[in-house]
Amino acid sequence: MTSSENSSAVAELLTLAEDVLARLTKGGASEAKVVARAGQDLSVRVRLDEVELVEEAGTRSLSVRAAKGKRVATAGTSDMTPAGIERVVRDALELCDLSQEDPYAGLPDPSELAIDVPDLALFDPACDGVRAAEAVARCQRAERAAREYDPRITNSEGASFGRASGAFAVATSGGFRGGYRGSYASLSVSPVADDADGKKRTSGYWTSRRQLALLEDEVAVGREAARRTLRMLGAKKIPTGSYPVVFERDAARSLIGNFAGCIVGDSIYRRSSYLLDRVGTQVASELLTIVDDPLIPSGPGSRPFDGDGLPSRRNAVVTAGKLETYLLDTYSARKLGLKSTGSAAGMTGTGAGTSNFVVKAGETPAADVIKQTKRGLYVTQMMGFGFNAVTGDFSRGASGYWIEDGELAYPVSEVTISLNFDKLLKSIDLLGDDLDFKSSIVVPSFRVAEMTVAGS
Amino acid sequence: MTESTVSLRAPFAPGEPYELDRARCRKLLETALSKGGDTADVYAEFAVGGSMVLDEGIVKSASRGVSLGVGVRVRKGDAAGYAYTEDLSWEALVRAAETAAQIATGNPVAPQDVTERSVPSRYNVKVPSLLVSGFEKRELLLQADRAARAADPRITRVEASLNESYREVLMATSVGIFARDIQPMIRFGVRAIAEENGKRQSGSSGGGGRMGLEYFSHPGKSPVEHAQEAVRSALAMLDAREAPAGEMDVVLAPGDSGVLLHEAVGHGLEADFNRKGVSNYSGRVGSMVASELCTIVDDGDVPFNRGAVNVDDEGNVPACATLIEKGVLRGYMHDAHSAKHFGVAPTGNGRRESFRSVPMPRMTTTMLLAGPHDPEEIVKSVKKGVFARKFGGGQVDIASGDFVFSISEAYLIEDGKITAPLKDVNLIGNGPDALGKVTMLGTDLAISDGIWTCGKDGQSVPVGVACPTIKISGMTVGGTDVSR
Repeated sequence: MTSSENSSAVAELLTLAEDVLARLTKGGASEAKVVARAGQDLSVRVRLDEVELVEEAGTRSLSVRAAKGKRVATAGTSDMTPAGIERVVRDALELCDLSQEDPYAGLPDPSELAIDVPDLALFDPACDGVRAAEAVARCQRAERAAREYDPRITNSEGASFGRASGAFAVATSGGFRGGYRGSYASLSVSPVADDADGKKRTSGYWTSRRQLALLEDEVAVGREAARRTLRMLGAKKIPTGSYPVVFERDAARSLIGNFAGCIVGDSIYRRSSYLLDRVGTQVASELLTIVDDPLIPSGPGSRPFDGDGLPSRRNAVVTAGKLETYLLDTYSARKLGLKSTGSAAGMTGTGAGTSNFVVKAGETPAADVIKQTKRGLYVTQMMGFGFNAVTGDFSRGASGYWIEDGELAYPVSEVTISLNFDKLLKSIDLLGDDLDFKSSIVVPSFRVAEMTVAGS
Repeated sequence: MTESTVSLRAPFAPGEPYELDRARCRKLLETALSKGGDTADVYAEFAVGGSMVLDEGIVKSASRGVSLGVGVRVRKGDAAGYAYTEDLSWEALVRAAETAAQIATGNPVAPQDVTERSVPSRYNVKVPSLLVSGFEKRELLLQADRAARAADPRITRVEASLNESYREVLMATSVGIFARDIQPMIRFGVRAIAEENGKRQSGSSGGGGRMGLEYFSHPGKSPVEHAQEAVRSALAMLDAREAPAGEMDVVLAPGDSGVLLHEAVGHGLEADFNRKGVSNYSGRVGSMVASELCTIVDDGDVPFNRGAVNVDDEGNVPACATLIEKGVLRGYMHDAHSAKHFGVAPTGNGRRESFRSVPMPRMTTTMLLAGPHDPEEIVKSVKKGVFARKFGGGQVDIASGDFVFSISEAYLIEDGKITAPLKDVNLIGNGPDALGKVTMLGTDLAISDGIWTCGKDGQSVPVGVACPTIKISGMTVGGTDVSR
């Protein structure tokens, strides 16, 4: 089954996938799955009004998953010549002999497969229509807006525009056939300002959408990038202590991303999550309700079916702070003795993942989250990789603003913030109303009652 | 047991169906420069990758992949046009050259005749691991699994993986360079989870380089020894307590601590940032940017190292480039374009992830050379501080120079002695500030095992780091405990 939006591109890929599937079965695979992809993209970078890079390409690839009994292997290639395709088939079949029997391996029960594939408007032909010259002009408008915003913007790392579109098709020996097209376009700007002591400051702003027309206006993107850079001028350390910490939504996103990584089936059966055995318990503040929703029209993380070919469905993950479910694919569900939640992420690998992971907006206007904070840190950017999923220990570099009497007093940099995640999520005491759907993790700004801030 | 049937012949190699010889490359360069431009280059890549993952005592899946393609770039001033194709038919290659040519709008320019450049041999691997029987490699993972489980009853889970790659590249440039290289790589890793009284911790160990399976016969590098190290680290962390917060002395163990250099100095000295004037090191050649103890080099010639390259992805041979000499900034790492801009010779740092990306200045193996101090004396000199033994990775803000790196195995230093293990913690600092506070440097220079991958502008390349024991007098430690 394919959805109504599908083009001849998907049909061609499906024919290829079925052909390769037949070869795998003929070669001795007892189960197999083939994914064929094709795409085209353009990316352009402009700096100080001059073109820096124009990059164009068309890409194709084939990936397969084969099993002989309970022995599984995967292979892939970008070489689509007959010899290249022959090789990928041979590789997969040969490698099956190398894998050891995994009793939990195997395609899903055919009765579970998706039958109706909803049209989620994931493809916008207008994206492909952007030629290099137009992309350059968009970058120039955005970068000019940033540089003209304030004389303190003295340099620029440039502006980038990218667009990509692709089609893919999947065929499995279990009878699943599917495919769809998708697109996105994005624009980003990174202006630079000079600060004291030879330091420079840069920040940036970006917009990304599946629909070209929904990108934020270039001038607005440029100005916002300039504001974000300028607000870091004169940033300093603050004394070490325990303070309330407010996360701007772009910074809050990565925290919720860390949480998401701890509730997928793989991290649970691999005992690599601090949220083991926690379904049904309070894992976050009552303010927090999270839904994983693959069916949002034009959503960045939307998918009409999951990587196993199961129907996409909304999963309530956290309701008023209580963990309702893990996100499971067929494999991790079998390992845990549960049912798949239709959350298989990869098309050829195993592994569950989020789709659009959406925190329900709070009731506090975003500006009031700051206003209601007497003293504390407002975090706009984080750095580094300081999250241990096994223990939930969290410690990352941060920059932003010091809040004094509900106002942003002065910029702060070179500090770290830390707290174990279990405590961090439970002590969210204000949740903003400012959702932004430019990324597949959607989070409003929020406040954590108290975290350790290490500075001077 | 059958031998592997993997073919490692690049389809563009001599005698193969899509052979790219000097004459064909010249034709593509002519097409690339048909609308003018300063320089052009052609880059062909054939990469075979393999991986095996062990989990729950069995190798659950084996995989292999092929990546093949050609990219053509045309430079005009600071602008570049780039196009790549995965289809190696002549028509597709010409189309890519024509697309890249669009960046210029002038009269044709003739490329120079290319001559084959001889490249050094820094990683002459007799038998690429991809040609070794998969069953032999599977046994390496099973050995690690058995060793980790046997090591301690508190080990509840073991994962092991082996990743191998074999990359053949060819580059031809309009300035007359024609070069080929074959770049093998393996990376092995073990991760163990220990559980006791409701506490859970993980520990890991890994390594590799531009080597074949002979890697495992080096001292301390067998699958069993990696497994034991992962177990040791996981068990040590079971007793971890809250790390302190605030500014204090930090002692970094030799080897992997080189991540600090990579972040604090390395990225800021990549010449593209300095050409644009957006690095905090811009315009500071000749000035003090570190303590006098610090001499830092980037060396693409560390044999068999993960960061080594015989030739960079623009056909230039990297040598050992001095970045900082006794605290004074001496120079940057260049690709061909930045070298031209600064009027210096390319340093061989023009690297790219694959044919899908343009090259830019990247590190190879970045080293802080040995100092005069006895490593034990360094620890003894600290009254209260943190000793960092294993690292998770780092990040830098090029403009401000602020950097972080995360420590996955750290200990408290109290009165000159290493004491309690600490929970995961981040260190944060500013490049020139932190390196200015390097007050002691050990004699024990060590090169990290081959585990590091560097990301920049969405491109990942393998790198190496090396350093001795380092004492930084005053760095912000991002723990949770403010009481000490």
